[in-house]
Amino acid sequence: MSQRNVIPFGPQHPVLPEPIHLDLVTEDETVIEAIPSIGFVHRGLEKLVEKKDYQDFVYVAERICGICSFMHGMTYCQAVEEIMEIAVPERALYLRTVWAELSRIHSHLMWLGLAADAFGFESLFMNCWRLREGILDIIEATTGGRVIFGSCKIGGVRRDIDDETMKGIVEKLGTIGAEIGRTTDVFLNDYSVQHRLKGIGVLSGEEAHALGTVGPVLRASGVAMDARKIDYAAYRNLKFEPVVEKAGDCHARCRVRVREIFQSVDLIGQAARKMPGGEIFVKVTGAPNGEFFSRVEQPRGEVIYYVKANGTKNLQRFRVRTPTFANLPAMVKMLEGASIADVPNIILTIDPCISCVER
Amino acid sequence: MTEEQTTITMEKDELLGAVSDFHSQGYRLAQICCTALGDTIEINYSFDKEYRFKNLRLSIRPDEEIQSISIIYWSAFTYENEMSELFGVKIRNIVVDYKGHFYRTAVATPFVAPEPDAGNATEKE
Repeated sequence: MSQRNVIPFGPQHPVLPEPIHLDLVTEDETVIEAIPSIGFVHRGLEKLVEKKDYQDFVYVAERICGICSFMHGMTYCQAVEEIMEIAVPERALYLRTVWAELSRIHSHLMWLGLAADAFGFESLFMNCWRLREGILDIIEATTGGRVIFGSCKIGGVRRDIDDETMKGIVEKLGTIGAEIGRTTDVFLNDYSVQHRLKGIGVLSGEEAHALGTVGPVLRASGVAMDARKIDYAAYRNLKFEPVVEKAGDCHARCRVRVREIFQSVDLIGQAARKMPGGEIFVKVTGAPNGEFFSRVEQPRGEVIYYVKANGTKNLQRFRVRTPTFANLPAMVKMLEGASIADVPNIILTIDPCISCVER
Repeated sequence: MTEEQTTITMEKDELLGAVSDFHSQGYRLAQICCTALGDTIEINYSFDKEYRFKNLRLSIRPDEEIQSISIIYWSAFTYENEMSELFGVKIRNIVVDYKGHFYRTAVATPFVAPEPDAGNATEKE
């Protein structure tokens, strides 16, 4: 019998942009068990809600994550709006949808770059991040920020996008989309990429469902669950189906994200065509009283915001269940039996955002 | 309203039976969270099936112990360790019990002490 060793992985590791720790119990080159632990950058943002005015707290919610910041703000606003029964103007819902899908494109491009970096394809990494800059330029032009948009507020949005600018965005996405297609072809067809990702970290559909997995990790295992189908924001008026792959391996998770980039481009085009005119926010007065679980499909999967209010300006409870937190059990299962050399790729294919987890 | 959300209130003795029912009906465990409300702790177990969102709600005293649902939904161990460490909820038979070391925070947990007795807090190594 081989000797068992425990290899500490993280919190500082070249493939980890943020800190998570794993104790990898190994026999020779094989991982027998993976034990994750978190808390290295715990910020206590949930507790902060007890001291901030509920309207100001949007700024804090946006800062939970630097990648899907807009969607965090949107999910929070949506929760409070549901409790207060606020009818958000249709145009604002469409604008939220456009910014949410731009966030998804830049997040997936960033992930593709990180994945390329993890399996040693440096030029592919740089190309993905170069393309991501084009998306960030659109975000900066429409919101004033590249990371923190500051565009969402309770009752609507702070900024509008005029029709001419929206037309320009759709045209630019068409151009960038063609370039993205040439780059993503490498992920889909290149022998070296497939060699590193195919058949690695396999998760069946039954396992993914049983483990409470969400997002591209779940859909790559053949389960068509996408929280956008709940019909929040303007998604009820847009045509799309969840992107599903069946292999359940690292390459399938990569393919889901590649296809979702083009789906997002399409959704932005649809939103631009259907966007109505009118107001972009309604004035909100009073204080919320009640509770709601708000769900949004972030790039990494379904996020759940639980907001409980008691009629005062300070919320009673604010709880965020992030997609990465939901995907940790699946990651543990995928690592069991994996080769040590594949550990970074498997961890990366859940697209871990520890900043979100540590909220 | 973007979606209908059902909340079912129950006693702690009914928890495992109710969770088993959700499991047998094919529901996915969406999340578990708890809220400290004065002298009680409210715990919400959320499940989803085909975008139908349902909650089981349990209210317990801070000194009460509850049974882990991780024997039914294995993935519950992350949520239950979190509740145990950050809120001091006493949970029995978690399948992967970190015993206070899931969150490697520099300061002692729980952050929301269920009882004024500070002796409950555990020093992190």
